[in-house]
Amino acid sequence: MFNQKKLSLAWGNPPSRDRNQNLAYTLRITVGLVWAILLLAPFLFHDVRALEVAARICIFIVLVASYDLLIGITGIVSFAHTLFFACGAYGAAIGLKLYGGSWSAYSLGSLAGMLLAVTIAAVIGLLSLRVKAIFFAMITLAVASLALVMVSQFSAYTGGEDGLTYKTPALFKTATKLLENENGSTVKVFGTKLNGKLAAYYFLSFSCLLIFALTVRLVATPLGSVLKAIRENDTRAEAIGYRVVRYRSLIFCLSAASAAVAGSIYAVWLKYTGPETVLSFTIMIDILLMVVIGGMGTIWGSVPGVLLLVLAQYYLRDLMEIAAEKTTGIPLLPELLSPERWLLWLGIGFILVVYFFPKGLAGAMLASGEKR
Amino acid sequence: MTERSSKRVFSPHQAFKYAYHTIGRLPGGVFWLPVALGGISFLLISQPATWLTLTIAGLAMGLMIFLMASGLSLVFGLMDVLNFGHSAFISFGAFIAASILSWHAGWLQADSVLLNGAALFLALLGAVSFACIAGWFFETVIIKPVYKDHLRQILITMGALIVCEQLILVVWGGIPLTVPRPAFLQGSVLLGQVPIEVYRLFALLMGLVIYAGLYWLFNATRAGLLVRAGVENREMVEALGYRIDRLFLAVFIGGSALAALGGAIWAGYETMISPALGTEMMTLVFIVVIIGGPGSIQGTLLGALLVGLTGNYLGYLAPKMALATNMLLMLSVLLWRPNGLKPVAS
Amino acid sequence: MSIVQLQDMTTNIGPYRILHNVSFEVPTGGVFVLLGRNGAGKTTTLRSIMGLWQTSPKSVFFKGKDISGLHTSEIARMGVAYVPENMGIFGGLTVEENLRLATTKGKFDKSRLSWVYQLFPALEKFWHTKAAALSGGQKQMLSVARAVIEPRELILIDEPTKGLAPAIIANMHDAFAEISQTTTLILVEQNFAFARSLGNQLAVIDDGCVAYTGSMNAFESDAELQARLLGVA
Repeated sequence: MFNQKKLSLAWGNPPSRDRNQNLAYTLRITVGLVWAILLLAPFLFHDVRALEVAARICIFIVLVASYDLLIGITGIVSFAHTLFFACGAYGAAIGLKLYGGSWSAYSLGSLAGMLLAVTIAAVIGLLSLRVKAIFFAMITLAVASLALVMVSQFSAYTGGEDGLTYKTPALFKTATKLLENENGSTVKVFGTKLNGKLAAYYFLSFSCLLIFALTVRLVATPLGSVLKAIRENDTRAEAIGYRVVRYRSLIFCLSAASAAVAGSIYAVWLKYTGPETVLSFTIMIDILLMVVIGGMGTIWGSVPGVLLLVLAQYYLRDLMEIAAEKTTGIPLLPELLSPERWLLWLGIGFILVVYFFPKGLAGAMLASGEKR
Repeated sequence: MTERSSKRVFSPHQAFKYAYHTIGRLPGGVFWLPVALGGISFLLISQPATWLTLTIAGLAMGLMIFLMASGLSLVFGLMDVLNFGHSAFISFGAFIAASILSWHAGWLQADSVLLNGAALFLALLGAVSFACIAGWFFETVIIKPVYKDHLRQILITMGALIVCEQLILVVWGGIPLTVPRPAFLQGSVLLGQVPIEVYRLFALLMGLVIYAGLYWLFNATRAGLLVRAGVENREMVEALGYRIDRLFLAVFIGGSALAALGGAIWAGYETMISPALGTEMMTLVFIVVIIGGPGSIQGTLLGALLVGLTGNYLGYLAPKMALATNMLLMLSVLLWRPNGLKPVAS
Repeated sequence: MSIVQLQDMTTNIGPYRILHNVSFEVPTGGVFVLLGRNGAGKTTTLRSIMGLWQTSPKSVFFKGKDISGLHTSEIARMGVAYVPENMGIFGGLTVEENLRLATTKGKFDKSRLSWVYQLFPALEKFWHTKAAALSGGQKQMLSVARAVIEPRELILIDEPTKGLAPAIIANMHDAFAEISQTTTLILVEQNFAFARSLGNQLAVIDDGCVAYTGSMNAFESDAELQARLLGVA
């Protein structure tokens, strides 16, 4: 799918020959399987919540992969990734809100959002990528928090804290029938209605798959090698003749564009855009957790990272709720176990992962092969 | 010729350069910036009474931010450790002080300045001692294993920040907390004909006293000299026979204590604190450290005063701009001096 | 008796092995010179002795005691001083403060101080000047003065003449000659003439290995050896 030649080689080689390669391929095959499940999700799981989870996984794979381009591949630590995500989402949302649920409104809004994201990225990049990496992290954090304030201030356009709800293009309406049978009702395949919701899901999942594939491809190009060189030693990269600031800005813009597109796609799926879903600091932390748990610098690792965390988000809370009920009466414990405190446990888990698996799940898999 | 040069002054770049050289030549250099800022805004505001109120508010705010930021700046300067968890100490300081103050509500309202003061002292002491212990724990458990790895440092301290914020939610709940002020710090005094809040003067005074203390510490004591030397060249400090890691632990604990103290005073200033306090202050504190130049105590003071003053002046002159003020301030400083206003020589 | 003994010292920096089984002995007293081409590993040898790089265990002995693996500060407190190539002065501190940090109790011994003033008169003149404002030569003097402000047993000096004016080099030469009356010096030097007039013993490092050890006299008289090891005619 992404790298047919290598994949087929993996199938052709007996697994015991090279453990490193073998593990790398295991990772890729796992990723392929996850995508296959995601693409078949509407037919495999019939409840609405499962489809929400699948859509969230797709979106976050794109977000995390594009973030990994920065943090893992190029070694840039940015806290402004949700800002770009929000640019795309709000662009699409405002377009759809102002001009009704038409395709042109959606595409124009998305495009505007993406351009805004790229412009902001270019400005931040050119102004501040020349300073120390750690300064850059602080600056992006400051810009991101400014954006949060701006969104709540310009509530006339953004809906403030409440966010925006809007109509989507007619094709994506749940009432839309993709195929009608003779009675005039929607055709069902394996118990799944072929309605607009399904169309929206496939629009989302295929777009995400495409962007993910492009991201993986990008890392394999010569550009990817330059970026890795910059991560390893920027002075040396500069000395061989690569303009480090330009490359950093370029990848910052590309990553921003990718996040913005993910935002637009998510906006049309959710039919709602608000600070909580696209801009809050919690999302930035989610992305960080996912990229670290999955493994930085692998792109492929984004898939297991996202999968674990999103599933945890949706299902850990249920577990915690049960645990909290079971422990009522014991002081403090129910407080600590209440589903609202799931971030606490995630935070602790995060610290432990950074300590013990600094390369994340995918990284640990790849590295344990390398030692051989 | 004259035409060309007059044109040049109008180009922003040239104007910038001109300003740079003028300020650079004055004795005291960049330390005239807050004074210049005060002067310009005096002309713009043109109401002495309002200006005085704003200036005192700005200075008080600046000094409180200085307390919160100085530890972060020193820790970064000394060991190249950027502690994203620093704002947790501010929050803890604020919440602990608020709790202790509410427990002693009776003392606070008593007619005796002594009892008032005792309650306040207990609150500040509680905040500071908690921060000392937490700082020690944070440094030895969280930061030590990742001394030399920047990326993991950022991630781990970020994780610690999340955990701390959640713990605050667990202990104090999500609702905003009212912070009682001691009776002797309530109300205002007349300065000439201008009413000034007593608490502001208190914050101002505390900030000044602690800055003076730090100034003495860093210039007159051996430990202070060592810290300044360590910021410049860690290795050489070790080669002279000192343990830099112990020095760093001490600085970390001290910085955490200052952050908690700043948070505690800030809580009384705001009179209403919410768990979002840490996140809000983090941005401010980072901006101050970047503006000042990490590792420099004087730079941090300068940055904090600039942030405090601009915030207050612009909040009055152009309230809509107030949001973006700090960002603009930071961007313009970075364009002018990418290493901060008062970078440490190395 | 030798003050420093290196036994099969191996030093890695990151993934690279810089020193391979370096062994030599430095006799107590006098000046021991480390020679070698750029990048041969002279600075790494000094830093390894000082504990600034991790070395192989049981490879560095100071007065017969194994110091490999000790913390730099512990080595320093045993009486070893280090004058790094970049001089390592604290620019934001005054000359006085720089020197004060090098004393164990924060107080100067008067007679010792006047001896240092006599070695480097410029320091007295700039006593309260920020070290960053000093000239290159004065910074080097400060760096050496910091190493001798209290009596030490061993001083490691890395290329003290680099980029200095001839008059200052002469001053350095006299100072080292006087210091070496009471203290052992290990001197890394590119300036062969300077090294020759001071050194009693020497080791030549080449490509991370010891290529030669012996007395300065023997080395001096063997032109062919010099040409081979140092590339000088």
